[in-house]
Amino acid sequence: MATLIKDISLQEAIPTRIIFEKHIEFIKEYGQKDNSYEYGMTDYLRVSGMYWGLTALELVNSLPPQFEFVEYIKKCQDPSSGGISACLKHDPHILHTLSAVQILCIYNYLDAIDVDGVVRYIKSLQQQDGSFMGDKWGEIDTRFSFCAVATLSLLNRMDAIDVNKAVDFVASCKNFDGGFGSRPLSESHAGLIYCCVGFLSITNRLDIVDRDTLAWWLCERQLPSGGLNGRPEKLPDVCYSWWVLSTLTILGRLHWIDQDSLKNFILACQDTETGGFADRPGDIADPFHTLFGLAAMSLLGHESIQKVNPTFCMPQHVIDRLQLKPQIFID
Amino acid sequence: MSDSSDENDSQYVLYRDRPEWKNVTPLKQDDADEPVVAIDYTEAFVDCFDYFRAILKNKEISERALELTQTAAHLNPANYTVWQYRRDILKGLDKDLNEELDYIETVILKQTKNYQVWHHRKVIVEWLKDPSKEKYLTEAVLTKDAKNYHAWQHRQWVIKTFKLFDGELDYVDCLITDDVRNNSAWNQRYFIINNTTGFTEEVLKREIDYTLLHIKIVTENESAWNYLRGLLLHAKEGLSKNKRVSDFCEELYASGNRSPFLLAVIVDMCCEVASDGAGDTRYTVERAKELCGELMTKYDKVRANYWQHMIETMDNVGKKGTEDEGSSVN
Ligand SMILES: [Zn+2]
Repeated sequence: MATLIKDISLQEAIPTRIIFEKHIEFIKEYGQKDNSYEYGMTDYLRVSGMYWGLTALELVNSLPPQFEFVEYIKKCQDPSSGGISACLKHDPHILHTLSAVQILCIYNYLDAIDVDGVVRYIKSLQQQDGSFMGDKWGEIDTRFSFCAVATLSLLNRMDAIDVNKAVDFVASCKNFDGGFGSRPLSESHAGLIYCCVGFLSITNRLDIVDRDTLAWWLCERQLPSGGLNGRPEKLPDVCYSWWVLSTLTILGRLHWIDQDSLKNFILACQDTETGGFADRPGDIADPFHTLFGLAAMSLLGHESIQKVNPTFCMPQHVIDRLQLKPQIFID
Repeated sequence: MSDSSDENDSQYVLYRDRPEWKNVTPLKQDDADEPVVAIDYTEAFVDCFDYFRAILKNKEISERALELTQTAAHLNPANYTVWQYRRDILKGLDKDLNEELDYIETVILKQTKNYQVWHHRKVIVEWLKDPSKEKYLTEAVLTKDAKNYHAWQHRQWVIKTFKLFDGELDYVDCLITDDVRNNSAWNQRYFIINNTTGFTEEVLKREIDYTLLHIKIVTENESAWNYLRGLLLHAKEGLSKNKRVSDFCEELYASGNRSPFLLAVIVDMCCEVASDGAGDTRYTVERAKELCGELMTKYDKVRANYWQHMIETMDNVGKKGTEDEGSSVN
C-alpha cells in the first residue's frame, strides 16, 4: 500500500539557527545590486518588494531610516486616481497601494501621501457584486478584496466602501472543503485562503468561516518533510508556511501542525552563502520568501524576531500603535 | 513571434539604430534620486524600455509602437504597464484582434504562470466576444501542468460567461482517470454540477458512486475524500446515515485499509451520531477515540495535535453539544 507523496527530501546539513546577520545583509544589498538588469526586470513589483524587504528588516530590528523610501513612494502616487504604482511612471495597482500604505504605517508617516486619494482609489475599484478589481483593467480576485480592506483599515477609513457587499463576495468564494479560491467556485488555495480569512478577520466576520473544517484542510498541507504546500499534491514552499500558519493563527489552531518539523524545513530553506530564504532548499533566495520565512518563524515563537500580526503581516507593535484589533478565534 | 523580439538573435537591431525610430528621443529611467546606484541593464533591455517610456509619455498610437510593446513584453512579460499600453494601441489602431489572440497564445504557452498574459487574453476574448479557442488553449496548458491555477480560472470564466458546459464533465473525467489525485479536476467537477444540474438526489447518487469508485483505486487521496464530504453536505441525512457510504467505509476498513482519510470519515460519523444522540450503532464515541489514538501514534503522526483535539472534542460531545459552542471570536 505504498503511496506516493509529492514532497522533497531535506539536505543533510540543515542550519541549526536563523543566520540573521546574513539575511540582513542580503536584503539591504538586494535593492542596490550592481547588476541592475535585475533591478529593471523587477520594477513592476518594486513597491511591494520594498514592503517585503523593509518588513523583514523591521522584524529583525534592523529597519533603515525612512527618508529615501518615503520619498520614493510619494512619487509613485498617481495624483488623479489616487492609487500607487509599483514604480515611477507605472499605472497604479491595488497590490502596490497596500504595500505602500503598509510601509508608511511601519514608518508612522502616512502624511507623506494623499490619504484621501488612496481611499478614493480603493473605492473606485469596488464592483456591483462587492468584489474588487486590481486596477482599472478589471481583473477580479479575492486577493484584491483583502488589499482593499487591509488598506482602508490601516487608514481607518473602512466606511468608504460597501463592506457588506464586499463580505458577500468573499463568502461566495468559500468552497465545500472549507477553503477559499480567487472567485466563486475556484479551487481552494492556501494563499487565497489567507487573503479571504484575513479579509474576514479585518471585517469582523470570521463567523463565515467553517473553523475546524478549514483548519484541518490547512493541517493537511503539512508534508513529511515538515514543509507546507498550498494545495493537495503540490510541493512545499516557504511562502506557504506564512499563508497557512497565519490563517491557522487567526483560527486559533496553530498548535495543530507539527511545529518542530516545520521549523526544520524553514531553517533548511536558508541560503547560508548569500543569505535570504528560498522557496525550497537549494533554490535561489529572494526578499519575498525571506519575509515569509522570518514571519512564519515569528508566529512559531522565535524569541529574536519581533511579533508579527497574522492578519496584516506587519510588526504587531505597528498594529497596536494604530489601535487595530483584527478579529481572531480564541477558545 | 517575429525574430525582432528575441534579444539574443544576432539579427536583433536596437531601437536606437532603427531608422523608423529616429524621430523619438528615448527616455532614460528617471532614477536620479532612487535609493539605487549604478544602472547597467543589458543593452537590449535598456534600449527597448527607453523607447517604451518615450512612447508612453507621448501616448503614441502607431504600428511601430505596437511592435515595440511586443519586444518589451517579451523582455519583461510581467510588466503590466506594457500590456495595458498595448491594449490602448490595439484599440486605437482598430487592429484585427484574432491576430492578437494568436500572438498571446504563443506567449501564454511560454509564460503559463503569469497573471498579466492571462488577463490580456481575457480582455481580448471579451472584446471579440469569441470564446471558441479558449477550451483548446487551456487544455494545451493543462496537458503540461494539470493544476495550473491561471488556466483553470480562465477556463471557468469562459465556460461560465459563454455557457460552454457541454462536454466539460467528460473532460474532467479524462483528467481524473489520468491522475485521480488531481484536486483541480475534482474542483472543476463540483463547479460544473453546481452551475448546471445542481446536486439533485439523482446527481448525488451518481456522484457518490463515481467518487467511491475512485477512492477504491487510491484510498489515500485527499481530493476524492474531500469531494465525497462536499457531496454529503448536500445530502440531508449527513455522513453516517448514507448507507452506501457507510457500508463502503466499513468494507474498506474490514479489508485492513487504514487510510487516514478513511479513519477521519469514520471518526466524523461517530461524532455525528454522538451529537445526534442516536443513530447507527457502529459509530460510538469509544470507537472514535480509539481511531484518533491510532491516527496520532501510527497513521497520521504529523497531525497528532489535531487528533488529540478530536479526542477532547469527543469527550465533550455528550456534555455541551457541538465543539464550536465552546469557542468565541475576539
Ligand atoms: Zn513561494
